[in-house]
Amino acid sequence: MAARAFDEIWGTGGTAKPRPEFASLARWMASTPMAELERRQQSAEATFRQLGITFAVYGDDDAAERIIPFDIVPRIFTAFEWTRLSAGLVQRVEAINAFLTDIYGSRRILADGVIPEDLILGNSQFRPEVVGAPPPHNIWSHICGIDLVRTGPDEFWVLEDNARTPSGVSYMLENREAMIRLCPELFRQYRVQPVDSYGDTLLETLRSVAPAGASDPVCVILTPGRFNSAYYEHSFLADSLGIELVEAADLEVDDDIVWMRTIVGRVRVDVIYRRIDDDFIDPLVFRPDSMLGVPGLMAAYRTGHVTIVNAPGTGIADDKAVYSYMPEIVRYYAGGEPLLPIVQTWRCREPKALQYVLEHLPELVVKLVDGSGGYGMLVGPTATNAEIETFRAALIAKPHCYIAQPTLALSTVPTLTEKGVAPRHVDFRPFALTGTKGVKIVPGGLTRVALRQGSLVVNSSQGGGTKDSFVLADDGEAAG
Amino acid sequence: MLSRTASSLYWLGRYVERAEFTARLVEATVRLDALSSRPAGEAAWASALSVIDADVAFAKTGEKLTPRNVARFLTLETQHRGSVVRCLDAARGNAKAVRTALTREAWSAINRSWLLFHGRASPGDTQATLNLVDQAQAETRGFEGAIGRMMRNPSSWFIRLGATVERADNTARLLDVKYHILLPEGEAVGGAVDRDQWTTILQTVSAVNAYRWLYREGLKPWFVTELLILRRELPRSLAASAEEVVLHLNALGKQTGFQGEADRLARLRHARLGDTKIAEVVDGGLHEYLEDFIEENAAVDQAIARQFRFV
Repeated sequence: MAARAFDEIWGTGGTAKPRPEFASLARWMASTPMAELERRQQSAEATFRQLGITFAVYGDDDAAERIIPFDIVPRIFTAFEWTRLSAGLVQRVEAINAFLTDIYGSRRILADGVIPEDLILGNSQFRPEVVGAPPPHNIWSHICGIDLVRTGPDEFWVLEDNARTPSGVSYMLENREAMIRLCPELFRQYRVQPVDSYGDTLLETLRSVAPAGASDPVCVILTPGRFNSAYYEHSFLADSLGIELVEAADLEVDDDIVWMRTIVGRVRVDVIYRRIDDDFIDPLVFRPDSMLGVPGLMAAYRTGHVTIVNAPGTGIADDKAVYSYMPEIVRYYAGGEPLLPIVQTWRCREPKALQYVLEHLPELVVKLVDGSGGYGMLVGPTATNAEIETFRAALIAKPHCYIAQPTLALSTVPTLTEKGVAPRHVDFRPFALTGTKGVKIVPGGLTRVALRQGSLVVNSSQGGGTKDSFVLADDGEAAG
Repeated sequence: MLSRTASSLYWLGRYVERAEFTARLVEATVRLDALSSRPAGEAAWASALSVIDADVAFAKTGEKLTPRNVARFLTLETQHRGSVVRCLDAARGNAKAVRTALTREAWSAINRSWLLFHGRASPGDTQATLNLVDQAQAETRGFEGAIGRMMRNPSSWFIRLGATVERADNTARLLDVKYHILLPEGEAVGGAVDRDQWTTILQTVSAVNAYRWLYREGLKPWFVTELLILRRELPRSLAASAEEVVLHLNALGKQTGFQGEADRLARLRHARLGDTKIAEVVDGGLHEYLEDFIEENAAVDQAIARQFRFV
């Protein structure tokens, strides 16, 4: 990247002068010795390890359980920045839910030729099984994590939508706990909006979408089990919400009603927050070899006896080719310009786009339309010639499987490195909750940081770390 | 509460108790070795293996029966289910499965104990072994303390129920094994070796001082037996365990509104122990008595599993 990336604390001018809102953070960094910062960071990580906030990296024998590295320097959003972000997120989430209602219902957007029909109807994530059986209140993605990147003070871009099973909120909450404990002085300098309402808001959201007639809805979280890489988060959420964490073996469907097996007999379940992909949730309807699902669950769902969060069929909103049409989708349902732009995206299924991409591979990021976790991705600028050629062949073989985007100069935030505090690239995932009372965005989110110098890969499964994300209560600092 | 959760909590309780008991066993045997008037010899370590049913497994390793080898085997042998490290592994596995039912303190205590043992090769010499088992016991006590501070709800009762059932089993086995090998040929009743062996038993169930408080006549096998079987003052006695099982089942029954076969069996046992005199036990054969007790304890365990629908 030729131009210097925008640093969220220092701006673009190097470390001479911090952006005005962050003067006190800059002073805090200057006045706290490196050794002390490191000590606090290690203390946080030791706590995380003791608490077992680990995740498993598949296929990695040695690191059976790892903690995600935590960096103690927070990134900060001013109240003004947050207000604008929130509005954009609300607009986007509402559009996503309207879109899903439409494509599984009357399909106006396809009839109007806004999106190619085959992109939706031929999509592996499109679930014909839910056509004509919309979820309560037409809410599909109750919990949506929208990945954002930033290239300038006012330049935010949506990188990706995670409407199906977004994860990472437990890190948002645990990181905040760690920061309060280790850097209380920062919370005197800044009025930081709290994030601990997430649990209450989520529970309220779940209960609000329970089937009609459920006077005191029983909500559960359905997990694949403790060998799943995100299991810690599943148990953390169940604990925060005070609801049961169930596995498939604990549930049975009888008479199209879902029951869970308890020590006093069976108890009816009204809402299931499932952290399992559609493919695995019901062996009678989807993958028959799935041991993680509940036979008959979809029948109970279609009958309306149980609400599933996020609704089956939502996965198509995560598709990156669909993402490339999001500006059109937002315009279509919101009736106005999208407040949050997407990153420029070339759809390789289109011949002209494919040609452009093949000619510019070393400059581009190429992704699978149904990929996740940063796997199966090409980062042109840092790839070897061999890797680029391999990708070229894959693209030519199956162009419809890929999209490409330019490499962005992602914003950086000061981060503790072996050589002292230095800028590292970050992204941001806020969480939007949608219930019958509308869309609520928790003032905070997961900031992921690429720990290697110059690296743009922030995924935890590939060595990224996290930071706390402050959203200030009002502009300016509390005390000087 | 999910049946699967109850099952995991119950077994969490059993495995932590088992880990602690095995650690105490090692500690007591080390002390017997170090402090007795004559070297304890192979018999002490062989008997330790017998208590937890590990004699055959140890023989299979082909290792020599030395204090160091057996201490290592009992604490760190990953191939044997009954070793402290394996018990903590199982405990932690169960704890992980039911994290939502545990407080942070309880989980941290288990995790810390596990971290202590995980990946360690050898306890080293006697001092190092004692340090290791000391630490293990500190953590398991920490766990017990954390359980005590949990909300009084089915989670804590299931854990304690499991721990108590396990404790009864352990004490019965300890007494059974030790009683038989206690007096090697050629040793005199009431002699130095005899006394050391009985003191080891008391040490394993932390009853050395308790004994002195309750019995003024000096160390006598008859009284040690009575203490461990019938005296409710000693928390690890069979009688105390039987009583505690009834208490925990009652608490669960109040909460759930149901009682069943497990309650019935537990109450019968508790009542019977209240009426038993030590003379009857010894006359009928201590070994037979303890065998029957262990079998009955297993029946209570199975009744609990059925009553709460563990599977």
